[in-house]
Amino acid sequence: MDFTSFLKNNIVMLDGGMGSLLQARGLAAGEAPERWNLTRPGDILAVQRAYFDAGSNLVIANTFGANPLRFSEEELSRIIPAAVAIARQAAAESLGSQEKFVALDVGPCGQLLAPYGTLGFEEAVRLFSRAVALGAAAGVDCIFIETMNDSYETKAALLAAKETCDLPVIVSNAYGEDGKLMTGASPEAMVAMLEGMGAAAVGVNCSLGPDALAPVVRRYLSAASVPVLLKPNAGLPRVEDGRTVYDVTPDAFAASVSELVREGVRLCGGCCGTTPEYIAALRAGIAGIQPVPVEPKDTTVVSSYTHALTFGKRPLVIGERINPTGKKRFRQALAERDMGYLLFEGIRQQEAGADILDVNVGAPGIDEPALLEESVREIQAVLDLPLCIDTSDPAAMERAMRLYNGKPLVNSVNGKPESLEAVLPLVAKYGGVVIGLTLDENGIPPTAQGRLAVARRILEAAQRYGIPRKNVIFDTLTMTVSAASDAAAVTLDSLEGVRRELGCHTSLGVSNISFGLPARDRVNAAFFTLALARGLSAGIINPLSESMMGALRAYCALSGLDESCLDYVAWSQAHPLTAGAEAAKPAAAGHAAAAGEEPVSALRRAIERGLTRDAARLAAEALQTREPLSLISEEVIPALNDVGEGFEKGRIFLPQLMMAAEAAGSACAEIKAALKGGKTASRSAFVLATVQGDIHDIGKNIVRLLLENYGFAVNDLGKDVPPETVAEAVVRLHAPLCGLSALMTTTVPAMEETIRLLRQRAPWCRIVVGGAVLTEEYARAIGADAYGRDAMATVRYAEQVEAELSAG
Amino acid sequence: MNVAFPAEPPVSRREVLRYAGCRNGEAQGLPLDECLLLLKDHLSCRVVWEIFPLSLEGDVVDLGFARVASAKLSSALSGCRQALVFAATVGLGMDRLIARYERVSPATALLLHAIGAERIESLCDAFCRERDEALSPSGLALRPRFSPGYGDLPLSFQRDIFRALECEKRIGLTLTDTLLMSPSKSVTAIAGISPCPAQPAGGRCAACGKPDCAFRQQS
Repeated sequence: MDFTSFLKNNIVMLDGGMGSLLQARGLAAGEAPERWNLTRPGDILAVQRAYFDAGSNLVIANTFGANPLRFSEEELSRIIPAAVAIARQAAAESLGSQEKFVALDVGPCGQLLAPYGTLGFEEAVRLFSRAVALGAAAGVDCIFIETMNDSYETKAALLAAKETCDLPVIVSNAYGEDGKLMTGASPEAMVAMLEGMGAAAVGVNCSLGPDALAPVVRRYLSAASVPVLLKPNAGLPRVEDGRTVYDVTPDAFAASVSELVREGVRLCGGCCGTTPEYIAALRAGIAGIQPVPVEPKDTTVVSSYTHALTFGKRPLVIGERINPTGKKRFRQALAERDMGYLLFEGIRQQEAGADILDVNVGAPGIDEPALLEESVREIQAVLDLPLCIDTSDPAAMERAMRLYNGKPLVNSVNGKPESLEAVLPLVAKYGGVVIGLTLDENGIPPTAQGRLAVARRILEAAQRYGIPRKNVIFDTLTMTVSAASDAAAVTLDSLEGVRRELGCHTSLGVSNISFGLPARDRVNAAFFTLALARGLSAGIINPLSESMMGALRAYCALSGLDESCLDYVAWSQAHPLTAGAEAAKPAAAGHAAAAGEEPVSALRRAIERGLTRDAARLAAEALQTREPLSLISEEVIPALNDVGEGFEKGRIFLPQLMMAAEAAGSACAEIKAALKGGKTASRSAFVLATVQGDIHDIGKNIVRLLLENYGFAVNDLGKDVPPETVAEAVVRLHAPLCGLSALMTTTVPAMEETIRLLRQRAPWCRIVVGGAVLTEEYARAIGADAYGRDAMATVRYAEQVEAELSAG
Repeated sequence: MNVAFPAEPPVSRREVLRYAGCRNGEAQGLPLDECLLLLKDHLSCRVVWEIFPLSLEGDVVDLGFARVASAKLSSALSGCRQALVFAATVGLGMDRLIARYERVSPATALLLHAIGAERIESLCDAFCRERDEALSPSGLALRPRFSPGYGDLPLSFQRDIFRALECEKRIGLTLTDTLLMSPSKSVTAIAGISPCPAQPAGGRCAACGKPDCAFRQQS
């Protein structure tokens, strides 16, 4: 019988712990147990045979840490086949009469993925692919990915397994006492992502004992449509008389796990601290329990790396603002690859109440696949909302879906054959909820029946690709009501039809309804309310619009989704209705300036005191009477100089300096906006980077802020930047200045190498370095022109170089 | 191997300000309270530890799982026959929070960095106090902790500690090729267990030979 068939109708008995048993046989602390497959095969065989003898159906080969990061290719290609052969031999030698299978064990690779570590996602996929290829060639029955405490690494491992072999893949994660993975994911988020990608079974192992893991397992059971696994520790470890002991006995362990098997767990075993004795007790404990059938869950779920979001409980808000259509400033940001601008748009939408962020970076003349990939990567580094990957370019869609850390919403597919053929395989492979647009090669049907017919065809096609109904939602297309008076009615009728007749959820881009009309927000809000009443599950709207968010809050209160209207009341108190909206703005309170003070000197004071909002407001006021450029040179720069001098003399300290710099930045943003064309005479280009291998960039970020304040055109390349990238940027911009930062002695060699490359490629460039371990002498020794003791010192150096250049 | 999920120790504002670079210890004009509020639910404290037998031969320290030459560590452990080795982290949530504010408010990010440093140091202090109390009934005491990179103890000793404590598996703490820890607000350390009452402590900076350090504790 193959493993998949066995899993379908049986409770799968797994094995128990390995590490402590090998330690008892002499494995030293810190020694790699995988080497014992080659040097002590008899010991591994004995342990695994004991598990089969105790009743295990599936024993995992001794390959937990067998990956190319820990072993050379030569050693790895001996370790994995040897490990699989030992497990097979254990199965053959055991006298147990149960069905016996062998899995390749895949544990964490030992490195955290970028951006919080240095390992790239695709690099991680390659590492795991190598191990899986060796395991599959050695003839395992399935792949067992386990003890993963990072959702992103889990995705890399599962993707590698699915791309490398056709074997069933079991995925098990390690949860903390807070019921989350180390990197923050909830059980529901993991289930959504892993099921979407085609895991054969999902579950939890390690970390805690069975009782402590029970709440997490129950959440798996209520979310998962595939079998659920439990492989807990024998409680928490502690050391007694020099020996590690665990606090749960075999009988107590078996009783706790058996109870969860009764509730629906379909694969069970033990992890750290469990032995064949535990497995034998568990085998006896589950004897006679009928396997609980796995019920498919009919819920539409998307996820981020922290949480899952279910459609249908309450209307969801998909924030539409990360989209260049009709936005000049946004296009400029995309052309300049200004990710800070995108992130700021994302953060504002999250703070305003968005549930999902739509990400669309398509514009003429832009390498959309590269930019969408970069945007998704940057946004998911700092924002924990599920993303909606919005593109009509299948290449861009695939790259974004591949590296997205969760189960995305995908916008969109339509009824045209080429769209179905391009998009649906991606959804089937990477998982996701896809938005179907009710249009096809004949255009947008003018009637609700026509749109519903297209929706049906899309749904049928999706099901042919193995995508379940719950993972397809429909957008019935908002048409402009000023062009056709029945436009709203057709869209809404189609919407209701999709909900009632197809049983699918819906989304709608709302704002198109009011195109060409005055006071568009009013029409949008009314249409949004109508759509919600007809069953709209998610609106693609601007969360910064008070009328839209107000309409949503009011709808929830009216439709019984907001108990005692508490949410509506709280929101309305924060967003009061006023005739003159200006009067309600909080900026009126807490003025920095004393009454009667000149706005100009008030601006200077606000900057010096680090009052960001006041500085922006006062700059706007001062612009009524003053020339923008003189405001910068006569107010902003002197304020910065005062603060900088205070810092240099030890009167104020770094945090106050930074606050002042931010306040100056907000004033400058107002002033620049007032300049025609938004241009100021920029100072020299300054390329800034934290060197390769280093992920600590606080110092570099402080330097960037101050340099920008002083008007330098800073090109910040970020952290962990290869020498090649720095040299390329300096040459491309012909930058006269480059700043490099490194935190530790271990990353200074990368700094030295970067300097060497810069000397070859850009001999004109002056290089200033900084970082915790650097000194004046150290900086000279590695070939830098200057040592930036702190951020102000770096600014002073840049000014000095600029003065020399203009003099020479 | 022992794994613990300790509660967060109380915050020392004074220490936060010291890490932020406010040498006068005043939070004048700084949104410190707002920043502390941001932390809610973002920290996840975890510690893995074990006690190892210890032998010293001159400057060479042998902890059973590894040998390392370090005069400073050897002197910090003199007279001890066992050592506590531990790794602690406040989790990745802290790094995510910092990354988020780096884009919108670098000053806030700076304060969050300082708070993160204070959190992990306080966590280690509280953990060491608890271990010291657990040892005292047996007439033993814990010496001040000592980390790779202090004095002449090479940073590369991190690799040995990571292997011995299985840091990534036990508490999700990882090490880059360049020996940086991720999550970043994390500490690994060694503390001697001595039979006599602990030596008079000069603060944990006393053993360090870098008197001009900007963050040196004034004892």
